[in-house]
Amino acid sequence: MRYLPKSDSERRQMLDACGVESAEDLFAHLPEAVRLRRPLDLAPGISEYEIVDYFRERAAENANGYASFLGAGVYRHYRPVLVDTVVSRGEFLTSYTPYQAEISQGTLTTIFEFQTMICQLTGMDVANASMYDGSTAVPEAAMMAARVTGRHRALAARSVHPEYREVLRTYALHQGMPVEEFGYLPDSGAINLEDLERKIDDRTAAVIVQSPNFFGVIDQVKAAAEIAHRHGALLIVVFTEAVSLGILEPPAGADIVAGELQSFAISPSYGGPYAGILATREKFVRQMPGRLVGQTVDTHGNRAFCLTLSTREQHIRREKATSNICTNQALIALMATVFMTVYGKAGLRELALQNTAKAHYLAGKLTPAFSGKFFNEFVVRCGNPEAVNKALLKKKIVGGLPLGRFYPELADSMLVCATEMTRRAEMDALDQALRAPAAVEREELA
Amino acid sequence: MIRKVRSHPSQNEALLFERSSPGKRAWQLPELDVPAVDAAEALGAANVRAEIPGFPEVSEVEAIRHFTRLSTWNYAIDYGMYPLGSCTMKYNPRINELVARIEGLAWAHPYQPESLAQGAMEVMARLEAALAEITGMDAVTLQPSAGAQGELTGILLIRALLEHRGNPRRKILIPDSAHGTNPATAAIAGYVVENVKSTDTGVLDLEALARAADPDVAALMVTNPNTLGVFEENIVQAAEILHAKGAMLYMDGANMNALVGIARPGDFGVDVMHLNLHKTFSTPHGGGGPGAGPVAVKKALEPFLPTPRLKRVRGKWAWDFKRKRSIGRVRAFYGNFGVLVRALAYILAHGGPGLRNATVDAVLNAVYIRKQLEPYFDLPYPAPNMHEVVFSDERQAKLGVRTGDLAKRLIDYGFHPYTVSFPLIVHGALMIEPTETEGKLEIDQFIEAMISIAKEVETDPEMVKSAPHSTRTSRVDEVAAARKPVLRWKPA
Repeated sequence: MRYLPKSDSERRQMLDACGVESAEDLFAHLPEAVRLRRPLDLAPGISEYEIVDYFRERAAENANGYASFLGAGVYRHYRPVLVDTVVSRGEFLTSYTPYQAEISQGTLTTIFEFQTMICQLTGMDVANASMYDGSTAVPEAAMMAARVTGRHRALAARSVHPEYREVLRTYALHQGMPVEEFGYLPDSGAINLEDLERKIDDRTAAVIVQSPNFFGVIDQVKAAAEIAHRHGALLIVVFTEAVSLGILEPPAGADIVAGELQSFAISPSYGGPYAGILATREKFVRQMPGRLVGQTVDTHGNRAFCLTLSTREQHIRREKATSNICTNQALIALMATVFMTVYGKAGLRELALQNTAKAHYLAGKLTPAFSGKFFNEFVVRCGNPEAVNKALLKKKIVGGLPLGRFYPELADSMLVCATEMTRRAEMDALDQALRAPAAVEREELA
Repeated sequence: MIRKVRSHPSQNEALLFERSSPGKRAWQLPELDVPAVDAAEALGAANVRAEIPGFPEVSEVEAIRHFTRLSTWNYAIDYGMYPLGSCTMKYNPRINELVARIEGLAWAHPYQPESLAQGAMEVMARLEAALAEITGMDAVTLQPSAGAQGELTGILLIRALLEHRGNPRRKILIPDSAHGTNPATAAIAGYVVENVKSTDTGVLDLEALARAADPDVAALMVTNPNTLGVFEENIVQAAEILHAKGAMLYMDGANMNALVGIARPGDFGVDVMHLNLHKTFSTPHGGGGPGAGPVAVKKALEPFLPTPRLKRVRGKWAWDFKRKRSIGRVRAFYGNFGVLVRALAYILAHGGPGLRNATVDAVLNAVYIRKQLEPYFDLPYPAPNMHEVVFSDERQAKLGVRTGDLAKRLIDYGFHPYTVSFPLIVHGALMIEPTETEGKLEIDQFIEAMISIAKEVETDPEMVKSAPHSTRTSRVDEVAAARKPVLRWKPA
């Protein structure tokens, strides 16, 4: 087999050196009761060519050549060629976690740059080396807030990504952390500050809001911070659309920022792998989960980097660790790092402006359901979103995300997104299709 | 004599922020095909930020040189053997990278209609089936993001089932040889951790287990083969003890690469286990992620698996979100799909018999290393080893040289260090795992390097203690890094 580098004669030499007759003897000490005495019921191995064929066939069974208006936490952005060029280098792709600093300075330096750029983007003091994704960064942030405040109640806005809130509930359930929710305003789509005021109390560890929120609306972060802090709680600000940070004010007043970097050159890839971020203020750094890279010097006095503050982590602290997390998303975070480098200061702003322009062009045609300012996605009412989407598919358009699954009160609405990759002609086609509901119905019946 | 490496010039490189100057760019966007908007008007003046202070401004050429230069400061499997015990650093087939980037897979949106995601769902279904067959378990979830999250999922499943039966119980038993993630996970799932001592031979102590297994115990978390590379010979009896008390057996699948095709956890009493696809199934570590940590369970635990689950409806794949007893989601969407594609490509390449051959070669390599190095290093647990072998630094420590020093000296010989000071039950551990993807030449050079270092300890211990001597970065001051943390660049 091509992944096994030994010849049979080399195997023979090694078996002889081990003093055994056959490879089977290497397993002789295993109790008979545990042995599998039949071949695995899996097809025999196949060639590279056949593997490519198999996956091309599967890929052909997915959507191909469709215009898409899906966002909702996963966005279609152009991936600069440099990204895959860099992450395909074996030195990054096939290296281990950089515990051995002397021969891992490449990875360590890029993580230090990543941490720096996340701080610059979010306005926070420190950022860790990345989390699994945005959805798991949220419960990690909530547990961190509980450690900082000594309180155990989390209060999340209903306009935080619904799947993120589901993940939060799974994690919180056995942490003795009740998770409650507060609403959004039906006209603006922004958080309901009165509802937040009503529900917050002196047991609240964290208030969790997202901006732009799940409906695409740029939310009331400052007002939420004021209320949270007045009650001694921390404010956790979540983002799913990282490109928005190129033009939007960073979350002022946040104590912890938990976000998703998928927009930064990470393929949608049917839901993962992505990379999450967790950033916070200097004073909370020792309560932070996840890996951190710090600057130091080597014995010659040269600048060098290493993993640091690891006394927070599971391999040292075991059951007293801040989190059970072991990996970060190093290679995916590197994709984001290369993306941020390619676009840089001016490019990220321009990219964010293009997204704004495209989405606002589309909004000029479709009429958003909420009045709040939005970045590159918004909610539209369209009667029966499932039926509308079905009809759109016939025009090779994947419509927006029907919201009824997550918000019963918005069962007549869908969330649509436009990025720099969305063409004007595609938006015009969507508009045409939505303008002719009668035609949609007819096609639906046919 | 060091045969594997000699030095060559290595490029210096500043941080991106130090390389930046205003106006440089590596990007170009197409002309807008819609009217431009005024940011303040569209987004609200108060919401528009000023420029991002310090953000990079470099050209395309500088960008590629920057990352290429940095890359050469890394060691990698593509350079040579990575004998990290427990980490399973094996070759990462490049075909896996290619197929994960096929457009219909890489650009699949998790919310695209099921009718347009059948290929992605078929890939996941096929991988689930293959992992169930390999582990001998009844059902598999691919949702967990990595091994540690797989552990958490597994323990939450146990908790949910016990709760359903009336009492979630309070304690999780963990052997003293376990990975650090095990106790950390148990704590996050709301359990109290109780350590169980190993026997003198380094395996589960059945008597200690029987004493500890009171009605408050929810489960035992065990790694098999354990972190000494030794198969837990009493595993069947351990499972019986636990099951008789209504407790469960959780297996950490970190070392599953020693068992594939040889023995199946489902056949020796395991109720729940996770797999690390970035270990046994060859997906790249990428400098520390992404991983994927599927969880395999017995039938009784299936109703509790995370939502959504794949199901077959009228000949098509569909997502089942309506699962009343599910523990819920452990992450958004369905899992690290891109990693799952790579793992399936690996399984398809090997096939059933091939996977077993890989296991055999992995064990052969580790046993061979053990035989060759036994005369030079202390072997505290002489039980037969499988895919890895754990020595101690006892002999070298007498001359003042510790496992960490030996490991650093290995770097000068062109190898990544082995795993240092783990498992905790071995004082001064040298934990060595070659994997099946090392050839005889590379392994012989590794053995030669280890023997040479053992001799250097006797002739020149100070030289070993100050290693590495050939790297562009010498030993780094980790104490200083932690004492006064500098975690981001700031302008001077």
